[in-house]
Amino acid sequence: MPKLKLPVPPMPGRPAPKRPGKTYGPQTPREHGREAGTSAIGWIDERTSLSGGARWMMFRKVPKGTNWFYTLGSATMFAFLAQAVTGVFLAMYYDPSATGAYDSIRNINNEVFLGEFVHGMHKWGSSVMVILVFLHMGRTFFFGAYKYPRELNWVIGVVLLILTMTMSFTGYLLPFDQRSYWATIVGVNINGTGPFVGPYLSDFLRAGPDFGATTLSRFYAIHMMLVPGAIAALMGFHLYLVAKLGTTAPPWLRAKSPEKLREEKVAR
Amino acid sequence: MNKQQKEQYLREYGILKAEGKPFFPYAVAKDSLMAAIVLVVIIVMSIVLGAELGPKADPTTTTYTPRPEWYFFFLFELLRVIKPPELVPLATIGIPTIGMILLFLLPFYDRGPERRPERRPIATLTGIFVVVAMGYLTYLGASAESPTTISIDPPANVVAQGDKAVATFNSGAQVVAQAGCAACHKLGHSGNDGPGPELTDIGRRLPRQAIERTLINPTAPMPSFAQLQQDAPQQFDEMVTFLAELK
Ligand code: HEC
Ligand code: HEM
Repeated sequence: MPKLKLPVPPMPGRPAPKRPGKTYGPQTPREHGREAGTSAIGWIDERTSLSGGARWMMFRKVPKGTNWFYTLGSATMFAFLAQAVTGVFLAMYYDPSATGAYDSIRNINNEVFLGEFVHGMHKWGSSVMVILVFLHMGRTFFFGAYKYPRELNWVIGVVLLILTMTMSFTGYLLPFDQRSYWATIVGVNINGTGPFVGPYLSDFLRAGPDFGATTLSRFYAIHMMLVPGAIAALMGFHLYLVAKLGTTAPPWLRAKSPEKLREEKVAR
Repeated sequence: MNKQQKEQYLREYGILKAEGKPFFPYAVAKDSLMAAIVLVVIIVMSIVLGAELGPKADPTTTTYTPRPEWYFFFLFELLRVIKPPELVPLATIGIPTIGMILLFLLPFYDRGPERRPERRPIATLTGIFVVVAMGYLTYLGASAESPTTISIDPPANVVAQGDKAVATFNSGAQVVAQAGCAACHKLGHSGNDGPGPELTDIGRRLPRQAIERTLINPTAPMPSFAQLQQDAPQQFDEMVTFLAELK
């Protein structure tokens, strides 16, 4: 039987649909004002066609059964963004030289408005981000989310994990107090024992065979430009794949067999 | 997974996805709430725990404890658990490297179609074992404080050489204690047993020159103390004398 389609009644609060023959678009200044947001977006979209992508990202479906464990990935991303924002403010006052680094951090802690607060957010935010990365990895591991077709997303995730650990390793030296100085020396030495690339890696990190004045600025450049750039790029790719492939359903959920589905439809 | 299993998975996933809800606003709402929790946790930690700064880095002074950030403790503890020196490179780099390679290649060697954790006992148990082991090593690392004093009585032959020798011995012990050697070496009853070998009777095993050479040009992960020798030769000398007398 062909379905009968009734005209949809006008929603309350909405202007009645225009009659044919009338001029379209906003007429009075008030109408123009009301439409400003839409028309600005329309202007951009006419030139970029970005709205399709945004719709694809936002209005995709997430499978049945998606629970709180699935928020860990985006929580990691949020922690990264928080690190980026607080890091920018620290960089405004930080001096990456062996002579000035310690004093500039002390200045941040003692003099700058809310300095110690932002420094503390950056410092503890790193711990929070590391914990969240591990929890997110645990979720994808125990849910078997690394299996077909999401293998590549797992591999990108492992690179993101290594980069996150690199961030905390290079950031640890920057306050340049005793703890961070000696711990980093030991860390770089441990790197040096690695197979094949080990010695080159520790030479690269130290900027030479010895721990010298350029080591600190090298760590700073790695910490605030090289690795964050790589993380942001890979995160974008990670998220693209998440949207493209969809997030997994919880592994214990089974789709009803098509027959059952059909029966339900018939009964309804 | 063979071709049929892949198609089966995609079909089933397609149904589950069609039964689901749109990402916006349902998942976005959960994600935003989680983000707010993360932000509050970071802010509270910053206010409660602060951002204290230790004393300024100084390559010449010798009071330091080589302690990494807490989430690297498990790597550091691995060094302590694996004692024999010929296995140290294995612990420092071998196990982490193998672990990373296994993690990287996981989707390529675990290709079964089963996803439920309780039906993949090997993967699930291995995962739980790794989590517990890392947690335990982190706990060990957090509770291992490195001592800054060393109490070793001067041996009889030092006492026999008179008061001056005893004084040198004691100040050497102090330099060693302040240099943080005990973070990696056991000396008498003080210090951590590993990753470095026990130094209680180092003078019997190594001659003075060899000890000096080790301090200036050590094998990783031990840091070099060449800077100390340049800047404070007397302290360095006392330290070597002290170590050479430990028999
Ligand atoms: C980061 C940890 C660490 C610190 C700190 C450290 N060492 Fe070592 N040390 C080691 C390791 C590991 C070895 C073993 C290296 C090897 O097998 O060649 C070692 C070896 C030695 C040896 C040679 C022992 C032997 O039996 O061959 C001596 C002597 C020594 N250390 C003295 C010291 C002194 C003195 C200090 C403090 C000034 C110190 N170490 C600080 C890790 C450390
Ligand atoms: C900087 C760190 C990371 C960020 C920001 C991030 C972000 C995300 C986000 C937002 C999702 C969507 C689903 C969810 O939230 O659970 C996701 C999914 C996924 N992530 Fe990550 N991730 C990171 C690190 C990792 C790591 C370390 C791994 C594993 C080694 C990993 C593997 C995966 C996999 C396999 C999926 C697909 C899960 C599914 O479809 O159910 N990610 N990631």
